[in-house]
Amino acid sequence: MGKVATREAYGAALAQYGADERIVVLDADLSKSTKTDTFKKVYPERHFNMGIAEADMMCVAAGLATTGKIVFASTFAIFASERACEQIRNSICYPKLNVKVCATHAGLTVGEDGASHQCLEDLAIMRALPNMVVLSPCDEAETNQAIKAAIDHDGPVYVRLGRLAVEAVHDPATFKFEIGKGVEIREGNDLTIVATGLMVQESLKAADILASKGINARVIDMHTIKPIDKDILVKAAKETGFIVTVEEHNITGGLGGAVCEALSENYPCKVKMIGVEEKFGKSGTPAALLEKYGLTAEAIAEKIIKARA
Amino acid sequence: MDKRKELDLRKKATQIRKYIIEEVFSAKSGHPGGSLSCTDIFTVLYFDEMRVDPKNPKDPNRDRFVLSKGHCAPALYATLAVKGFFPEKDLYTFRKADSYLEGHPSMTYVPGVDMSTGSLGQGISTSVGMALAGKIDKKDYRVYSILGDGELEEGQVWEAAMAAAHYKLDNLTAFVDYNGLQIDGNITDVMNPEPIADKFAAFGWNVITVDGHDHKQIKDAIETAKTVKGKPTMVVCKCTKGKGVSFMENNYAWHGTAPNQEQRDQAIAELDALMAEIDKEIAEEA
Repeated sequence: MGKVATREAYGAALAQYGADERIVVLDADLSKSTKTDTFKKVYPERHFNMGIAEADMMCVAAGLATTGKIVFASTFAIFASERACEQIRNSICYPKLNVKVCATHAGLTVGEDGASHQCLEDLAIMRALPNMVVLSPCDEAETNQAIKAAIDHDGPVYVRLGRLAVEAVHDPATFKFEIGKGVEIREGNDLTIVATGLMVQESLKAADILASKGINARVIDMHTIKPIDKDILVKAAKETGFIVTVEEHNITGGLGGAVCEALSENYPCKVKMIGVEEKFGKSGTPAALLEKYGLTAEAIAEKIIKARA
Repeated sequence: MDKRKELDLRKKATQIRKYIIEEVFSAKSGHPGGSLSCTDIFTVLYFDEMRVDPKNPKDPNRDRFVLSKGHCAPALYATLAVKGFFPEKDLYTFRKADSYLEGHPSMTYVPGVDMSTGSLGQGISTSVGMALAGKIDKKDYRVYSILGDGELEEGQVWEAAMAAAHYKLDNLTAFVDYNGLQIDGNITDVMNPEPIADKFAAFGWNVITVDGHDHKQIKDAIETAKTVKGKPTMVVCKCTKGKGVSFMENNYAWHGTAPNQEQRDQAIAELDALMAEIDKEIAEEA
């Protein structure tokens, strides 16, 4: 199976489910990058370019939603979650309007564009907003179903999507996505790796490395950051006693934060948080950056071994 | 507009102004100056123009209204209550912890409120979204919005202005409550947004300038806007902040301050005197 970026899967899903006439798609001059142009090719009458004006776009989305539309608003994660944060908070989340903020180019793997375009804080910020559901799919099949779930969910949803083409984790024929339900994708009882987005792929490879050293890691694909799946976390904590979170995001407030909150209230357990450690990104190829920031399978495995010692 | 209609609207406006004073006095906080300033725009919209039904506030074919200057909620609530969307007595619960009448409008809690606002600059963008939906669905409802003149300092207003013109939203009519004052003083001293009419014209809007306390001029502007094709209309309303209460007029100190008992009594007395005058004119007319 070839590699597909989650942004590609997003555009394709919009086109696939776009026959629903309630769906309206907005973009801020990035439709070729966010892939909303895939929807535009099929349904040009329901795609609107709002220009380089993200704040306005989020509120236009809100206004459309008051009339019964299901509105997708797309731009890069940095501009969606941070530039237009207060618009999302006051005009979308507060009145609980049916807007799906689908933000592409999240994380370091944006690559050469560098720090200004590499959003490493969006999960933390969006997760802090009442009424917001936060999704972070890892591959094509999961993204497709996450978009379908977002359409079916009545209320605001933030979907974190990537630029980089990634390997498939899930079999589209059998995979079933449910908002708020993490997926155990590898069995193991020595520890549990909870990963999100394209760190799921790296974590699976890290689990292979650990297995070669006699450590059996369970791997959970946590595609929903909010509401976080407490049950799967408590079960993992009880059965494996040690949780590792892995995210292409600052270690403050993202997946690691959500997991720690859930565990500390329900089943306190040692947690190692792996992510970008309070730094901004920089220019480079995605592979070079993952290596530089310690987010390759090898680096993840090494950090886990060190944390267990 | 015939004389009787004019007098009826003046009566409504005076009633709304009285309620604005009562709301802010009851809450011991709120924004009387701007609310009194834009009252006449509300009066014409809700009592001589908009297709709304208090018994069916969510009618998909209704005209929409967005208070982009959300802090003037006292004027919106008073108007909606007088129109019959909710009991007038509830106005006295404004801003209280167990009330649904939030300090800034909430579409979730208040019947007749089409959009939650309060953060300046956002309401006009949401109006653009509603107008765009009307175009997509080929519906004939119209969208109205009131902005403050100070609010024009928010960059988002101009993003919205571009978008409304770009998508030729001739079903959108907005009003600027141009009273020249904002919290910290004169708009021209704080951050000059002038020339307001020229700016909107340059952004591709049809612009009409009126006396914002003259009901006939406001109504005529709304009617003209309906005939303009391919452009949104901005009605620049020259207003007096604090209009109708002598000691509040043209005094920015009343932007966000509640009157004390004595001030409330004086304001109500002045508005009652005005109401008596209008009633006298109505009696003479009959």
